[in-house]
Amino acid sequence: MKYMLLLADDPELAAAANAPDDGQAVMQEYFAFTTRIAESGELVAGDALHAVPTASTLRIRNGSTTVTDGPFAETKEQIGGFYVVEVPSLDRALELAAQIPAAKTGSVEVRPIMDFSAS
Amino acid sequence: MSIANERGAEYLFRRYAGEVLGTLVRRFGDLDVAEEALQEALLEALIRWPREGEPRNPAAWLVTVARSKAVDRLRRAQRRPDKEVAAFRREPDRVDVIDELATALDDQQVPDDQLGLMLLCCHPALHHDAQVALTLRTVAGLATDEIARGFMVEVPTMYQRLVRAKQKIRLAGIPFGVPHHDQLAERLDAVMQVIYLVFNEGYASTREDEYIRHELCGEAIRLGRTLNGLVPDEPEVMGLLALMLLHDARAPGRVDTDGVLITLEQQDRSLWRRAQIEEGSALVDRALVMRRRGRYQIEAAIAALHTSAPTAEVTDWPQIDALYGALLRYVPTPVIALNRAVARGMAAGPTAGLEMIDELIADGELDRFHLLHATRGELLARAGRTSEACTELREAASLAPSVAERSFLERRVTELEAL
Repeated sequence: MKYMLLLADDPELAAAANAPDDGQAVMQEYFAFTTRIAESGELVAGDALHAVPTASTLRIRNGSTTVTDGPFAETKEQIGGFYVVEVPSLDRALELAAQIPAAKTGSVEVRPIMDFSAS
Repeated sequence: MSIANERGAEYLFRRYAGEVLGTLVRRFGDLDVAEEALQEALLEALIRWPREGEPRNPAAWLVTVARSKAVDRLRRAQRRPDKEVAAFRREPDRVDVIDELATALDDQQVPDDQLGLMLLCCHPALHHDAQVALTLRTVAGLATDEIARGFMVEVPTMYQRLVRAKQKIRLAGIPFGVPHHDQLAERLDAVMQVIYLVFNEGYASTREDEYIRHELCGEAIRLGRTLNGLVPDEPEVMGLLALMLLHDARAPGRVDTDGVLITLEQQDRSLWRRAQIEEGSALVDRALVMRRRGRYQIEAAIAALHTSAPTAEVTDWPQIDALYGALLRYVPTPVIALNRAVARGMAAGPTAGLEMIDELIADGELDRFHLLHATRGELLARAGRTSEACTELREAASLAPSVAERSFLERRVTELEAL
């Protein structure tokens, strides 16, 4: 099954974790994790996103389009990146999620990806 | 389906679901498919068992028939994900029941399947309410309306809850199986929590008019026994079973004929169920010598001290005080802290108990908690400060959630005022 792991960081906790060495150690952890799941064949895709202030949100209502500055939901935790992994079950996806640094400074949402080829 | 058949099928489902569903889920990878197949097999059993005699191993018979039913169903529905097709290919079209029975009897995986089913129902990715509902439905084999009644929700709500939970299992890919040792402990914790929650719902019901609901306690004990059979030598599982047995043993003395709560001190101890107390106490002893302590064992040890004492006065209160101290390290909750204050009051006098409570009050947060006021009131009464005691107990009564507790507290105020 494919899962999307949505990485959300709490900006304060993340800043604290990055403080000692300007985020070098955290970057290394991400790099190592990405390499590991690429080598195991579980990685489908994954990227980091620019910070929330760079986000634009588009909505169409009654035929008219509005674009606003910022993310679709104002929350303390902010989506900072994602992975798509292919693994046998939720348990393995959760195991991988637990290895992502954002789990310690925010949260990782694990969502199964719909498979339209089945059924 | 006639009513008699429906009843019969329900009865058989309750008897065999926990034993059989796990194996079917492992084979078909889907709880719904497994459940439907079992229902069909049960209907066949209702027709054939009275006619041909009950099979030597009914569970194996049901697995066998349910498997062929599931295969038929899958073929009819043309729904053939890989795993199911693979299962279908291994299956001969028409099964010789007797042969299959023999194969199934050799199936060493059955206990693992039962445990797997429990772990699946209590997977941490499921909401707590869903874990409880699923466990009662599939492991305990209760009907949806029974579960709804037990947890005071509308039947359609409970039905929806079960449907959504099964949907999440399927769509989120929650796996069936028993994890490796290091993960197993954590997952067993979740199962124990669910069982204890069911027990507590029965023991100290939040329902207005019914303080003890024996069915849920009995169900929880049954689940505890099953789990203890599946993972022997797990001291916490033994502790949980012991704890439930010991608490439940006191049920016949806990409320009077009007449904009003009777305190431990005033309970008629001859009403307690002796055999159950002996079983529970023996389990605690066996668990404790394994030297892997945990909250359930400590709670069971406390319960065992209560049930082994001939009267409240001669109970080993200093030991109970110490055990609550140990328990607070595992479960740092206000209720445990209050219980400790009660034990302290019994061990070292009401003033010592009141000191402990006043510390809790100083920590704040507990002002709306009826048990805090009730406990403080009792200790004040014991210390001879009657009018203060009545004020506290009235406060407690006004905050109490159940009629039984409220009546008890009001009665206590009347008693004290008559002194």
